[in-house]
Amino acid sequence: MTSSTLNVARPRITLEAPAAPLPSPVDPGPADAAPETPHVQAEQFSILYGEAMAVREISMVIPDRQVTAIIGPSGCGKSTFLRAINRMNDLIPCCHTTGRLLFDGQDIHSPQIDVISLRKRVGMVFQKPNPFPKSVFDNVAYGPRLFGIRNIRTLTEIVERSLSRAALWDEVKDRLAQNALGLSGGQQQRLCIARALAVEPDVLLMDEPTSALDPKSTARIEDLIAELRGDYTIVIVTHNMQQAARVSDFTAFLYEGVLIEFGQTRKLFTNPHNKQTEDYITGRFG
Amino acid sequence: MELSTRKTLDRAFSGTGMFSICLMTASLLVILLPVFAKGIKAFVFRETIENRKMILEQFHRGDSAALDIEWESARTARQPVYDAMQAFRIELDTLEGSRRRELRSSFREVESALQSLLGPEPGSTLSPLLRNRYGQTRWDRAQVKLQQVLFREAWDYSRPGEAGTRQWIPRKQTFAGTRLEPMFDHLETKLDSMLQPRWTFYWRFLSDDSRDSHLFGGIWPEVLGTLYLTIGAMLFAVPMGVIAAIYLTEYARPGRVVQILRTCISTLAGVPSIVFGLFGLAFFINTLQVSSSKSVLAGSMTLALLILPTIIRASEEAILAVPRTYKEAALSLGSGTWNMILTVLLPAALPGILTGIVISMGRAAGETAPIIFTAAVSVGKPLTLLQTLTQPTPALPWNIYNLATEHAAVEEIRHVQFGMVLTLVVMVLILNATAIAIRARIARRMKG
Repeated sequence: MTSSTLNVARPRITLEAPAAPLPSPVDPGPADAAPETPHVQAEQFSILYGEAMAVREISMVIPDRQVTAIIGPSGCGKSTFLRAINRMNDLIPCCHTTGRLLFDGQDIHSPQIDVISLRKRVGMVFQKPNPFPKSVFDNVAYGPRLFGIRNIRTLTEIVERSLSRAALWDEVKDRLAQNALGLSGGQQQRLCIARALAVEPDVLLMDEPTSALDPKSTARIEDLIAELRGDYTIVIVTHNMQQAARVSDFTAFLYEGVLIEFGQTRKLFTNPHNKQTEDYITGRFG
Repeated sequence: MELSTRKTLDRAFSGTGMFSICLMTASLLVILLPVFAKGIKAFVFRETIENRKMILEQFHRGDSAALDIEWESARTARQPVYDAMQAFRIELDTLEGSRRRELRSSFREVESALQSLLGPEPGSTLSPLLRNRYGQTRWDRAQVKLQQVLFREAWDYSRPGEAGTRQWIPRKQTFAGTRLEPMFDHLETKLDSMLQPRWTFYWRFLSDDSRDSHLFGGIWPEVLGTLYLTIGAMLFAVPMGVIAAIYLTEYARPGRVVQILRTCISTLAGVPSIVFGLFGLAFFINTLQVSSSKSVLAGSMTLALLILPTIIRASEEAILAVPRTYKEAALSLGSGTWNMILTVLLPAALPGILTGIVISMGRAAGETAPIIFTAAVSVGKPLTLLQTLTQPTPALPWNIYNLATEHAAVEEIRHVQFGMVLTLVVMVLILNATAIAIRARIARRMKG
């Protein structure tokens, strides 16, 4: 990788005025849709694994209560960036960050931040369905129980609401006591979404949530994402461009850790500003 | 490589593998079958009337009225023996010098053999030793004793240059022509009615304590001591081991220190158990003074140290085998590390941890060397829970060795030794089976 490519690939970042109003996405769209103080915004945010830079000086504002898709070829840092938003990268020992990643105006990576309350507000759904080897009920009730809800009636209400929210209630209402690993892959993934919703987060991060699922289950998850839009800020990482086009309102294209283009999905897919974006979405590389 | 060569190699591998497994099974059977066959004799054997008398007097069990009736007929059968003895004693005084000396020493042997066969003669003073108060309690031992009454063991060294040959000389010959002579035939034919043998199932071998250092009674103090030591060792080792494994896998920063720690643990697992015993004596008893002398507490701690490496390694493996996704899921829901370990990691790792516990439990129950210095005594009463803090205890592994090598009457109590071995083997098997069942249950519940 030569530095010249990198420089070319960094057109939209306002290096000259970091303190100025945040670089808004290409189109005025998000500003209208998003409320005054956006939940998640990155300011020259970089992530390094030891010496290697996985994410390079990204600045972007993730619009509230919209679906934002992050696309890009494998290894472009999109998952790493997503996992930084609820500090799941803490699990990786040599990983550190520079720049700022803000949640509600606070730097996520500052030592003052309480990771637990951050993660309570920023839920996450993983690539592979990962329900606990417990009952369906216990899976969904895990989060609320963590935050001290012991009353069984309250818990039952939360479980029912979350499962209904995740469009799973009708399928599992008769087997709440059964082990969650007995569900099908698609059901397990929706259970994981229900589990994340049970703690009532503001932001829901999805790391390639359908890559391990068959097309039918994928369609159900996509429908679900469409239903959840408007209530939650959803950030979804996918390497399936059709999926990004189908489910998201905004799309960010990452390449080699650099944010190449960020804008309304419709515009980005039909009329990309950047040559690299165009090459990628038309399948010329990646 | 040609296809046929590859096939031959494959076959050679599976053949060797199957052969070694068969060899292992066979050697296990070679060990276990005799243990079972001989050990069962401690529980199922032909008891004589002396045993019933002993049980009634010492353990206060049995039908005393029925025993009186039996005793009456046994006494009637024995009377001619005692009469002949009495008559011979008078006759002995009338004999002339050399013959008298010769017969007297032989008669003493007959007297003592007869006493250990039938018990003390009526009218003799009560011996303080329990072993002298009763005759043979087991019919198989009574046969051996009968042999000793009827025959004199002699060695024939007449042929120089060859090893001496053993000969059995009938005492009937020695005492030919005396008034003792008819007694031998009477004893041989009437021993049945003198001792009244009967098959019995002595399951209380497990729950009776021993009398007169295992010549009579059961092995309850040993069984209880073994249980105390095993459970005590688990109480110390399981929490420490599991927490150490959690530290190593979850909290410790991977690097040199952890690497050194792991090496230390592996080394510890290979240290000879007698060294642990010495360490337990030096550290727990002499330095820390957890008890003034040997105690179950000190023994449990020593055993715990011995099995700690096994538990740590097994728990570590089990924890590392838990899918990372469980951890991520718990953390992403806002769980702290400690909470995640308790609610997700440990439940998922439990089957593997239990396997480690099973293996080390069997080891703790059967380990001898560490408890010689720290906990084991040869003879003792069953302890109460509170006494375990200060008192030493007999325990199966140590007593098996002790009875087989240092007991005054090793031959007399073979059945006790094998009974102990059988009990220990069965105890370990039961412990293991229980843990395996629990493990299977948890694993099934987690699979859904």
